[in-house]
Amino acid sequence: MGAVLAAVLGASLMGCSSTGGKRAEERAAAAAAEGRAAVNTPRWTFAMVTHSGDGDTFWDIVQKGAEQAAVKDNINFLYSHNDEAQQQAQLVQTAIDKKVDGLIVTLAKPDAMKAVVAKAVKAGIPVITVNSGSAESKAFGALTHIGQDESIAGEAVGDELDARGRKKALCILHEQGNVGHEQRCAGAKKAFAGTMQNLYVDGTNMPDVQASIEAKLQADKSIDAVVTLGAPFADAAVQAKRTAGSEAEIDTFDLNAKVATGLQEKKLGFAVDQQPYLQGYEAVDLLWLYRYNRNVLGGGLPVLTGPQVITADDADALAEYTKRGTR
Amino acid sequence: MSGSGRPAAPAPSPAPAPSAARADERLLRTSPLRRLLGRPELGSVVGAAAVFLFFTIVADSFLQASSFGTVLYAASTIGIMAAPVALLMIGGEFDLSAGVLVTSSALISSMFSYQMTANVWVGVFVSLLVTLAVGAFNGFMLTRTKLPSFIITLGTFLMLTGLNLGFTKLISGTVSTKAIGDMEGFDSARKVFASQLTIGDVEFKVTILWWAALVAVATWILLRTRFGNWIFAVGGEADAARAVGVPVIRTKIGLYLGVAFAAWVSGQHLLFSYDVVQSGEGVGNELTYIIAAVIGGCLITGGYGSAIGSAVGAFIFGMTSKGIVYAEWNPDWFKFFLGAMLLLATLLNAWVRKRAEATK
Repeated sequence: MGAVLAAVLGASLMGCSSTGGKRAEERAAAAAAEGRAAVNTPRWTFAMVTHSGDGDTFWDIVQKGAEQAAVKDNINFLYSHNDEAQQQAQLVQTAIDKKVDGLIVTLAKPDAMKAVVAKAVKAGIPVITVNSGSAESKAFGALTHIGQDESIAGEAVGDELDARGRKKALCILHEQGNVGHEQRCAGAKKAFAGTMQNLYVDGTNMPDVQASIEAKLQADKSIDAVVTLGAPFADAAVQAKRTAGSEAEIDTFDLNAKVATGLQEKKLGFAVDQQPYLQGYEAVDLLWLYRYNRNVLGGGLPVLTGPQVITADDADALAEYTKRGTR
Repeated sequence: MSGSGRPAAPAPSPAPAPSAARADERLLRTSPLRRLLGRPELGSVVGAAAVFLFFTIVADSFLQASSFGTVLYAASTIGIMAAPVALLMIGGEFDLSAGVLVTSSALISSMFSYQMTANVWVGVFVSLLVTLAVGAFNGFMLTRTKLPSFIITLGTFLMLTGLNLGFTKLISGTVSTKAIGDMEGFDSARKVFASQLTIGDVEFKVTILWWAALVAVATWILLRTRFGNWIFAVGGEADAARAVGVPVIRTKIGLYLGVAFAAWVSGQHLLFSYDVVQSGEGVGNELTYIIAAVIGGCLITGGYGSAIGSAVGAFIFGMTSKGIVYAEWNPDWFKFFLGAMLLLATLLNAWVRKRAEATK
């Protein structure tokens, strides 16, 4: 519906602009709006409830993947999110009230979600957990978990920093209370031979993120690596590095168009991607497979979508997809 | 809480009278309908009916009994805080620290019980004392420094946000508390703060009862006690109130204690629902409480409003936030819709109030 509206609005507003990204984007949107189901199963309703805040790039990509799979699998796909545990639990409850045919949840705050996920399972709704909560997923009664093991991803970062000869790193946490983020920094700290400090910033307030990193880099000139936990924050770190006159290498978890260009231009060292598109896409697809054929993937273990270490060598290939908003 | 032997202000009828009062104005008999039209929450009741009707039409699953349980629960978590916040606003003050104070209260209970290996109820009691102390601090700073409450509580808000995270990391080593579900007293505390009653096949959370009780008590204080008159007096005209012998300082500190008490109830609910508390939560909720009070007919400038109105405001908030989900709308527009509704509800309030005063 939204995509149709966007395509119609876009088409009517098209001026006589020269060739550009906008027109290509509209074509893509129009194609997506005309997307047809590839299957003839009944039109099931799947709900996805995440712990995302408003306007988060990463979750936008997850949503895109899920929507793409929903079009293909003839699914009525509902997305809702809230970064407060209590509110997220209430949103899952609304999905149960709606008697959806499948449920996709994130367990960033597992204890808060425990009761309500159990309620969904009891109501006979198949549940798949994505992104965070691999440890709890099975115990809560979910079919499978799709995501990245945060500790393993963190260790990959620590090893990569060692390979690059870094000695003193900073880990920027932008979502307080997110256990997965803590695990990433802890994993990186564990594998990293040098020293690593954590810095908490308010991820919903970009200028504040930049200022905090800036202050830290100014205060400690010996920091030679900054690791951000989300793609949008890598750019803030690059800006902070410039103003602070620091020599630190900026590395990041996750990917977006800016990070891809940053890697190409050598402004960033490396990125660790967990392929969010895959998390959304596979979650919807696996629920469809379960409803259609009782298939379950993973053999009782989490289905891992990362970590994938991306350096300047891979960036060229990914630049196009990041612009499209699917990587 | 209520006064000692000091002569109180001549008690006017609790319904706020227009300032240009004639001498015998308070003795006039008014018809019940006229009285109803003069109630601060009337506009919000009309608004609530409109929102309810709207979602009934656009969302199929909104009218189910189970959905109603969810909506009421969502409203109650806001309403528990909105009632004392409404009283505070009638008293002419703000509390921006109310949102994070809820989280603080939950953190204190959990960590005290865990670290001391004490019965969970001990932690709950300690948390009550500390939370009330924060409320007292707000009220004391306000009356001592004469700074606006906006500034004082903004300071408290930031300090508490930092304390929540700092202490939790220091004590638990992570950003969330340790699970206390296996400790003594947890089950009985859960019954009190976070149980659910199943009526038919619909689950009603116990917070709905807490909410009803708090609104009832707040209404009784406001309309039937001397303290209630003092609240209207200090919110309307603090200097004049002081001149006629209203204990302004004690009244304001009492109001902040009320907010702290409700924050303690909400905090315990969070803890006993989820067993583990995230230290970074609660930020931004203080505005939700204020919005609920304003939708319910409280004036930002103080001296006017009602506790029942705050409940209606919270109910509108709950209906809207969940109704949008039941209606399967794109959640990106939620905040826009909420803001538009706030404006509409406040305009409706103002209009209804004008009409009511014109017919007096």
